[in-house]
Amino acid sequence: MTDGVSTATDATAPISGGFVRRRRYNLWVGAFLIGAVVLGALLSFAWTPHPPNALNFGSQLVGPGGQNWLGTDHFGRDLFSRLLVGARGTLYVGFLAVGIALVTGTIVGSVAGFVGGVVDEVIMRLVDVLYAFPAILMALLLAAIYRPGTFTAMTAIGVATVPIFARIARSSVLTIKERDYVEAGRALGLGDARILWRHVLPGAVGPLVVQASLSLAVAVLAEAALSFLGLGTPPDVPSWGNMLREAQGFLAMSPYPAFVPGLAIVWTVLGWSLLGDGLRDLLDPRSW
Amino acid sequence: MFGFLVRRFLSAVLSVLLASVVVFGALLAVPGDPASVILGMNASPEAREALGRQLGLDVPPPQRYVRWLSGVVTGDLGESLNYRRPVSGLIADRLRVSVPLALGAALVACLIAFPVGIFAALRRGTVWDPLLTSLSQVGAAIPSFWLGLIFILYFAVELRWLPASGFVPLAEDPVRWARSLLLPVLALGLGQAAVMTRMTRAAMLDVLDQDFVRTARSKGLPESGVVLKHALRNAMVTIVTILGLSLSNVFIGSIVIEQVFALPGLGRLALTAIGTRDFPLLQGEILLYAATIVGLGFLVDASYGLLDPRIRYD
Repeated sequence: MTDGVSTATDATAPISGGFVRRRRYNLWVGAFLIGAVVLGALLSFAWTPHPPNALNFGSQLVGPGGQNWLGTDHFGRDLFSRLLVGARGTLYVGFLAVGIALVTGTIVGSVAGFVGGVVDEVIMRLVDVLYAFPAILMALLLAAIYRPGTFTAMTAIGVATVPIFARIARSSVLTIKERDYVEAGRALGLGDARILWRHVLPGAVGPLVVQASLSLAVAVLAEAALSFLGLGTPPDVPSWGNMLREAQGFLAMSPYPAFVPGLAIVWTVLGWSLLGDGLRDLLDPRSW
Repeated sequence: MFGFLVRRFLSAVLSVLLASVVVFGALLAVPGDPASVILGMNASPEAREALGRQLGLDVPPPQRYVRWLSGVVTGDLGESLNYRRPVSGLIADRLRVSVPLALGAALVACLIAFPVGIFAALRRGTVWDPLLTSLSQVGAAIPSFWLGLIFILYFAVELRWLPASGFVPLAEDPVRWARSLLLPVLALGLGQAAVMTRMTRAAMLDVLDQDFVRTARSKGLPESGVVLKHALRNAMVTIVTILGLSLSNVFIGSIVIEQVFALPGLGRLALTAIGTRDFPLLQGEILLYAATIVGLGFLVDASYGLLDPRIRYD
């Protein structure tokens, strides 16, 4: 996707300087949003204002302020503490799911692209079937087989994300393997595996990193949706999706238990997608 | 063209077949004996054996797959373990909720995304473009189920304009039917609109940068003619792709939204099926979802040739 803001003939050329700054701003705002979530998650290991699961029947569903900075839920549990602990699960599931997809997709896609021919046809055919199973469908299937939990949610999101990485790795490898330096490696008698690993794959890192960041945004949304449905993080662990599911029954009494985790999800998803856009602008010279 | 359609159709059929193997494999992947897993520890051996026969566990898997698949082709998805009714009938009932919900949401998404995306692309270089682009980026980060909760809070709890949950069949009362679907449709459609706005803008920008647009402008065509006749027609291929994608997305997204608004649709049925480990029902549903996604992909590809006469496949 080209943004096409800086074609030479463009009458808006002076403005494109502003766009360039705005694009940097994508990167920094994204990094700030994600940095805050990571810090919050790390902080929660050392400190939370209240124990995240401590019940307090004296102060249920209170609004922000005083003892509880962001208010409490229907059990009087501190929303800010649960928010911090919930950040762990969001990052954990996201990183592992996208990690699974990144590693599997890159291996599968680059082998398909590098070997070519029938192997390529068969591999990509099978990868394409995964497009028919978005994360939620995959999670429904896995939850029926193994009982729902963090593992099934993570695997479902990971497997559903494999095709996009496979496609990117394959197309990068297809372009790069025609380059002269790869030819030179071959002439020197290097083996296929070495050429692929040392000479071809490094060229594909940029697009894969960008996609990883964008896929993390999708993974955070999917994890929250699965927990909300009761197909993700177990109910006794504070997670943003779980907090939303529990808040649903008490909307009429206090909106904060629904506001707080929801805004945290928006914050994190926006962070990953801005970071991904920012990285793309940084790594892909064509979009300048 | 015809040859392409046939090939693309066969490839879609192959995808659905492979998907059916995955769905069928779910029961094989259950650790241990599926009949005892489904019935629990305390089931009598007779009950287990009866269920095993109903699931076809007494037949080797390849034969069982062929038997299941030939049923699927004729519309027989087996019998639900929980409801004791044919799965196809249960699904048909629930489609009355899920289909209007998904189509309504896709309509909302298109009505917003296409004009806004095109407008943003045409206003490139003004304050509108970054404003609308940023807005759609934030919109795409909002989970539809959370938006649903916020809508319930304001439109149902505070203002009492619309019901917070429940479904009224169309045949019973069309007005209450529409009212029961309005909030879920908006919650699902707005998020999708945000995603599609960005895609539409990018598709439009790609076209606007091309030579024929410059030619059209330089020969003095009014801007509306340039946009409607030249740019938009050439962006149609991408726009139809976006449309197909969004239909898949809202169909899958409806699973979560139905839960928020307690709508008795396919999604709720699937979640119940997980709770009761109703494999025939769940397998039938998941196959339907997967086949729908593959089918939409086929329709999108098939429409390319109609939309853009330059596309010739052979």
